[in-house]
Amino acid sequence: MGNEFVQFSLTPMLIGILAAVACALPGNFLILRRQALIGDAISHVVLPGIVVAFLVTGTVAAIPMLLGAAGAALVAVVLIEAIKRLGRIEPGAAMGVTFTTLFAAGVLILEQTDTSSVHLDVEHALMGNLESLIWFRAKGWGSLLDPVALAALPDELGRIAVVCALVVVLMIVFWRWLKISTFDEGFAQAVGLPVTAIGLGLVATAAVAAVAAFDAVGSIIVIAMFICPPAAARLVTNRLEHQVMWSVVFAVLSAVLGYVFAGYGPLWFGSQNAVSAAGMIAAVSGVILGLACLFGPHRSRVGVGREEVL
Amino acid sequence: MTRPTETPITLAATEGRVTPRAAIPADAPLVLRGLTVSYGEKPAVFSVDATFAPEAMTAIIGPNGAGKSTMLKAALGVIPRLSGEVAVFGQPIDVARDRIAYVPQRASVDWDFPTTVIDVVLMGLYRRVGLLGRLTGAHLSRARDCLDRVGMGDFAARQIGQLSGGQQQRVFLARALAQDADLYLLDEPFAGVDAATERAIIDVLKALKAQKKAVVCVHHDLATVASYFDEVFLINVRRIAQGPVAETFTAENLHATYGGRLATTHLDQLDLAQG
Amino acid sequence: MGNFLSALLLQAGYNAALVATGSALLGFAAGASGTFLFLRKRALVSDAVAHATLPGVGLAFILMVALGGDGRSLLGLLAGSAVTAALGLLLVEWIARRTRLSEDAAIGAVLSVFFGVGIVLLTVIQTMSAGRQAGLESFLLGSTAGMLFQDAVVIAVGGTLAVLATYLLRRPMTLVAFDPEYAAASGYDVRRIDLAMMGLVMAVTVIGLKLVGLILIVAMLIVPPVTARFWTERAGRVVWIAGALGGVAGYLGAAISASAPALPTGPIIVLVAAGLFLLSLVLAPARGVAAALLRHRRFQRRVHRRQGLLALARSEPILERYTLRVLRAEGLVRPDGVATEAGRAQAAKVARDECRWDIARQVHQDAGLTGRYDGLTPIEEVFTADEIEAFDSRLGGPRPVGGLA
Repeated sequence: MGNEFVQFSLTPMLIGILAAVACALPGNFLILRRQALIGDAISHVVLPGIVVAFLVTGTVAAIPMLLGAAGAALVAVVLIEAIKRLGRIEPGAAMGVTFTTLFAAGVLILEQTDTSSVHLDVEHALMGNLESLIWFRAKGWGSLLDPVALAALPDELGRIAVVCALVVVLMIVFWRWLKISTFDEGFAQAVGLPVTAIGLGLVATAAVAAVAAFDAVGSIIVIAMFICPPAAARLVTNRLEHQVMWSVVFAVLSAVLGYVFAGYGPLWFGSQNAVSAAGMIAAVSGVILGLACLFGPHRSRVGVGREEVL
Repeated sequence: MTRPTETPITLAATEGRVTPRAAIPADAPLVLRGLTVSYGEKPAVFSVDATFAPEAMTAIIGPNGAGKSTMLKAALGVIPRLSGEVAVFGQPIDVARDRIAYVPQRASVDWDFPTTVIDVVLMGLYRRVGLLGRLTGAHLSRARDCLDRVGMGDFAARQIGQLSGGQQQRVFLARALAQDADLYLLDEPFAGVDAATERAIIDVLKALKAQKKAVVCVHHDLATVASYFDEVFLINVRRIAQGPVAETFTAENLHATYGGRLATTHLDQLDLAQG
Repeated sequence: MGNFLSALLLQAGYNAALVATGSALLGFAAGASGTFLFLRKRALVSDAVAHATLPGVGLAFILMVALGGDGRSLLGLLAGSAVTAALGLLLVEWIARRTRLSEDAAIGAVLSVFFGVGIVLLTVIQTMSAGRQAGLESFLLGSTAGMLFQDAVVIAVGGTLAVLATYLLRRPMTLVAFDPEYAAASGYDVRRIDLAMMGLVMAVTVIGLKLVGLILIVAMLIVPPVTARFWTERAGRVVWIAGALGGVAGYLGAAISASAPALPTGPIIVLVAAGLFLLSLVLAPARGVAAALLRHRRFQRRVHRRQGLLALARSEPILERYTLRVLRAEGLVRPDGVATEAGRAQAAKVARDECRWDIARQVHQDAGLTGRYDGLTPIEEVFTADEIEAFDSRLGGPRPVGGLA
């Protein structure tokens, strides 16, 4: 059991956890800034990004794909901002126009290109393939100390670990700037903080997290992790520091439980085949959010909120 | 439409030589020159010149939509200006930011934000301690001290959403106090607060003046102008008048500022200067 | 090209003609019903609704198979998708109303979780013996290839019904979208009309699933209204323009798609709509980018010119470089900075208007004129010629400007 676990479940689970945490951290601020759906937009445009990267490079190597996806996310954010300002259109609609159009372009290019020889399709982009990221070389827990086996760890693990660490570091370094410009943008500007750069930096960080996570787990999980754990955490506490901690806890919990339910759940019902782990992780995060909505100690509004922002 | 006949006017502008940048008085806390801001195609503030006095409390007054808050925000660079210059203690604003404390309108932030009262006050110190500098016990006691000065010492650990409007305003003021600035810019600090809070705030502001600080408030209550402030700045898109309350807060200037919107009966109750 | 023309003229086969007609109708209904959502600033609610259809499709399939069918009846699948879409919609409302989370967080949570559940169900179906050929993936991106005649009929009939419903509900929905408080005050049940609005959006989403798929149907609900908004300032017209744009995009898109292989219907329709949007964004007369840019430049120039002339009139120094450039370009100041003859004349006019305004504001204190004294509005726009003459008579003879400043 132990050996099998290390070989088949340890790495996917770790990747799931790291991806969930990397997305949930910036998600906290996206939610407080009422930009939750930026995550949605970013994860939709990842598809055209990788398709174009494939067209340009002709390979499905990870690095060009990641760069393509990151580029697409950046293009999307700039387009959203441009449409919002130039057309004087509310942010939700500007996002809707941008990401659906880019997504449509991605699908069209994909259909027009001969990708039959490579594994590149829409479903993969949406659902990811967490289950396949196994550690072939592992023979048991001892392999964790075996350099040969360690060298054969899936590349995705290294990448998402680096990105997750990067997100954590950025979060810690820019904590004060993020906090103050999210709470009171006017004041932040008056004390001379670069609020526009902070906002863009946050979105860029979210995009990097989304792209790296997407590589491993598909885009649905990305949106779910941006929103559900931080949203649930917001209903559990009234302190930003605690909220971020709780969001990490919820993200890890979703990843672990989701993976376990997907892999072993069907066995309990007598079925032999596992179901989509990415989908199950999203579903578990939804259940956690649902519980927080029903029982979270700080679930309802108190005091006066800001008037509805257009 | 027939044009009225040209009225000949002798021009002082004959000598209208364009001079190099005139020196701005270095002791003036805030100087605006030709400040114009517009939302779309309509100027919200047009070509306003203003020099705010040191060691004084100035009220910026004018009707709704007259550009009072806009002027303040444009001076701080919170909203972009179409033209004009701003000097703070004789320097460009980006050099002198440490000497300004700004109290935004209470309604401009999301009071549902997950944070506590003391956290908000500590935000006033963020610029000083930088990104990663440690917030020490000294900072904390300083923040507590500022809370005490606005009478909110017992509320330090409270979630901000649980505060009343007046208490929220006091917390904002405490945050500005923590900045330890020389020029305090307040946007409608008395709007929608209870009488006790209004007294507490005015006491703090008067104490600031006594410490030789400059205080500028966007203000809407004409009845209290004479008792609270030393100077007034009247604005309605354009600058109408500026000067000491004793000389400038006149019925004539108020009419020029508010137009027909000011009832005469209302004017009778004001402690007006005789212009 | 020949293929495209024959598709455009409905000559490319019975199915293609039905699909094109259905797309046009669906596009019209989506554009019009999306408008109400857009005007209500809730455009992305449609995103949640669309993603929430997926688990319904999966459940309906499983249920139909369990009941002994083959599970592929389009009507049955659409009915299932409607059920979960409605559930998702209600959840968005509930979260936004009952908890402190904002609507966008609720939308994101519902769409990702429902979609996740949908994916789980799809993987379950893949393992069912009946599921291998289910082709439910086509609901993600839509597919008209291999569509049965009766599926095409479902789309055509559904599109017609949606347009009809939009027409019947247009008045209350316009009212609520534009001014909910007024609507409530005049006795409309805003909540129910809101629900009807959402219901319509949901119906359009469900009908469009097979055609454009659940991800791209969102575009048909959002893009045409946003495009239409560029062309008119009137809510009533936005609805019809958006409907027309959606219809055109649907029809053209379906025709293009039918004219060649590897041109999936959904993305083509969306890209046609996006092309129309881009054209409008740049070229629309009042709200377009080109017009706005031009207007802003002109406005800024006007402000600087006026400020410069005021400074000349008061013999104050002009400090800003742009102001000087503007005046110099018009020959109002010489390169060395001294006012020219023309500059002095213009400044005199400005100075006189300032004096007129002073008098006007004394005379017309009660007229609410204060807001128009903004430095830019010409006095001739506010007062009649004889009124201005009256001011001039009170101005008296020539005086040095310095005394008036």
